[in-house]
Amino acid sequence: MNALSPHRDKILSASHLLGIEGLSPPEISRLLDLADTYVELSLQINKKQDTLRGRTQINVFFENSTRTQSSFELAGKRLGADVMNMSVKGSSVSKGETLVDTAITLNAMHPDLLVIRHSSAGACELLAQKVDCAVVNAGDGSHEHPTQALLDALTIRRRKGRLQGLTVAICGDILHSRVARSNILLLHTMGARVRVVAPTTLLPPDADRLGVEVFTDFEAGIADCDIVMMLRLQLERMNGAFVPSTREYYRFFGLNREKLKIAKPDALVMHPGPMNRGVEIASAVADGVQSVIKEQVEMGVAVRMAVLDALSRNLPGGANA
Amino acid sequence: MMVPAGLSPGHIGTVCYVNARLFDPGQDLDVKGGIRVTNGIINSLGPKITAKSRPANEQIVDCKGRLLLPGLVDMRVFAGEPGFEYKETLATATESAAAGGVTTIITMPNTDPVIDDAALVDFVLRRARDTGIVRVAPMAALTKGLAGHEMTEFGLLREAGAVAVTDGIQSVANARVLRRAMAYARDFGLPIVQHVEDADLALNGVMNEGELSTRLGLPGIPSMAELIVLERDLRLVELTGANYHASQISSRAAVEATRTAKKNGLPVTCGVSINHLSLNENDIGSYRTFFKLSPPLRSEEDRKALVEGVEDGTIDVIVSGHDPENPDTKRLTFDEAAFGAIGLETLLAAAHGLHLNENIPMETLITAMTRTPARILGLEAGALTEGAPADFSLFDEKIAWAVEEWGLKSKSNNTPFEDRLMQGRVVRTVVAGQTAYELDAQ
Repeated sequence: MNALSPHRDKILSASHLLGIEGLSPPEISRLLDLADTYVELSLQINKKQDTLRGRTQINVFFENSTRTQSSFELAGKRLGADVMNMSVKGSSVSKGETLVDTAITLNAMHPDLLVIRHSSAGACELLAQKVDCAVVNAGDGSHEHPTQALLDALTIRRRKGRLQGLTVAICGDILHSRVARSNILLLHTMGARVRVVAPTTLLPPDADRLGVEVFTDFEAGIADCDIVMMLRLQLERMNGAFVPSTREYYRFFGLNREKLKIAKPDALVMHPGPMNRGVEIASAVADGVQSVIKEQVEMGVAVRMAVLDALSRNLPGGANA
Repeated sequence: MMVPAGLSPGHIGTVCYVNARLFDPGQDLDVKGGIRVTNGIINSLGPKITAKSRPANEQIVDCKGRLLLPGLVDMRVFAGEPGFEYKETLATATESAAAGGVTTIITMPNTDPVIDDAALVDFVLRRARDTGIVRVAPMAALTKGLAGHEMTEFGLLREAGAVAVTDGIQSVANARVLRRAMAYARDFGLPIVQHVEDADLALNGVMNEGELSTRLGLPGIPSMAELIVLERDLRLVELTGANYHASQISSRAAVEATRTAKKNGLPVTCGVSINHLSLNENDIGSYRTFFKLSPPLRSEEDRKALVEGVEDGTIDVIVSGHDPENPDTKRLTFDEAAFGAIGLETLLAAAHGLHLNENIPMETLITAMTRTPARILGLEAGALTEGAPADFSLFDEKIAWAVEEWGLKSKSNNTPFEDRLMQGRVVRTVVAGQTAYELDAQ
């Protein structure tokens, strides 16, 4: 499959990317294949394409995220779209306008692609019901963050050559993490063995029903893993709320060089960022040879280009409309 | 016993409702016949009252063989007034009630200002009398300002017309406060009605805790939040002998705890909303906020346990839980949206649906919406007997209808039965002998 080909194959059956839930293995593989081609493009001197020329992409971030927002902005611009970032803080949106009214306002501007980040689970689904364009979920509450799971999968696949049969340990605040949910769904769908590793206070109820193995002992959880994926622990969840203190958390659930030896010798260390060094991960590991954290950021732009491209093919006037 | 306020003097004159199926399980009544109403009171009823038997000068209504039911008594209604008139008023709430065959609504004190003073009880009763078309009996706050600390003036509230005390949407968390309130309320014969949910365990929760909340990424409320408060309260009833009613239970565990308590002879009663009997957490689907309720809709297993609880009498009362919310509080993301659903107008049809789908006898369902709530609150209502107020409805089991979002009488549109097909509909409601609602007149 070649993204540069004038004939553009259909990649996704749905018109939005609201989550990993509902994506089939072939859809995920096609998205990752397309993203592979965009990794190559990003290494060229001329990084620009006109796939999305004439298309308008609006990034609406109800929750601040410099990394994800700039990644989406760069992805849209490299594909030739007109990209607008709507700042939400201090606007009518934060002054009590309902999300549905916001959706109606945005829709009247005739965007082709809406990229939404919101602190509430289900916000993107609510918006998607009320607009005519393609909606990309850039993170909704504790629900899903599909492009993060896709970029993690791309990183793993490029390093390990496959996803199927790998053992992946997702460690840390699973309860509040949309990254964990999307990764669990994607890796499970693609045939990897998924473990979640956390103190019980940071595990969601009935976590085992998601098709994962649950560990509350860190060492046992990462033993013989191919991938150790660390999650960020939000500051407000430390200090007695969910765990007693950061130092206790680091002692029992932080990843350092010693503990990493329990995983497979060629295990990859991942983190969606931003990291709390010395809380969930030691600097020596974060910057060590097994870390692919910088690659994840690189893959992020390629994956988002693939997602925007794939969705634009399903738009009116797109290749598969 | 007291007749709920409103609607005096009622209809003057005599009307005969003939050719009906008189159905009042509270009186073991299920017979073809008629009912003769004089000056707002049931003068006589039975098979002998027919079109031929009446004197020629009397008005006659042919019921065409439909069910003639005692007017329902709905023990949990948020009427919006005072303070939230844009969501609902006593006028519109009573119109909704009339359209649903409910002839007495029990209003909750969670208004602005809170109904925690005799003057405010009086206000509600006067507004109901002046603007309402069914009877209104208010519950007053159990603690001042619903703050959970100091008990309200139970004696004065009772004199003013309050039928029970409750903090409505929240539990009284402090066991010492509740114990004293129970003991004191008992002296005045005032029932204590409790929302059974531990606020700390439920904090930030928006739906049932379990696999579905995990999948949706929404914070959950465990069933234990309900059971813990219920079990504590049952101990306090043991201590005080209070007249205690758990407003709505939602879980299998709470059904079992209540069943055991009743077996042990404790004077407790409990209710369930029609929503929790008819729906479960899966109806939330993709974050549909009309299904965001307090207590939350729980699993299908819990729902089945609630149905069993109604069947075997563990659960005494079925309520609509009518709680109007507007688009500004519902067209939000699931965690930001308000709790609650309207239900007065769909209560009877949904209960009839339970009869058809779950084989719960109509006798059981109707008793739980008429005689039992009237008995708990000491109201002369919900019965077809000679000398009783002429409050009843005609229900046509054959009419199928679809619930439309803005097709109901409420000022708000948050019905969880939107787009559902209902079997059976109220075609006429009579309060104090006056027709308060007529379907054909729409």
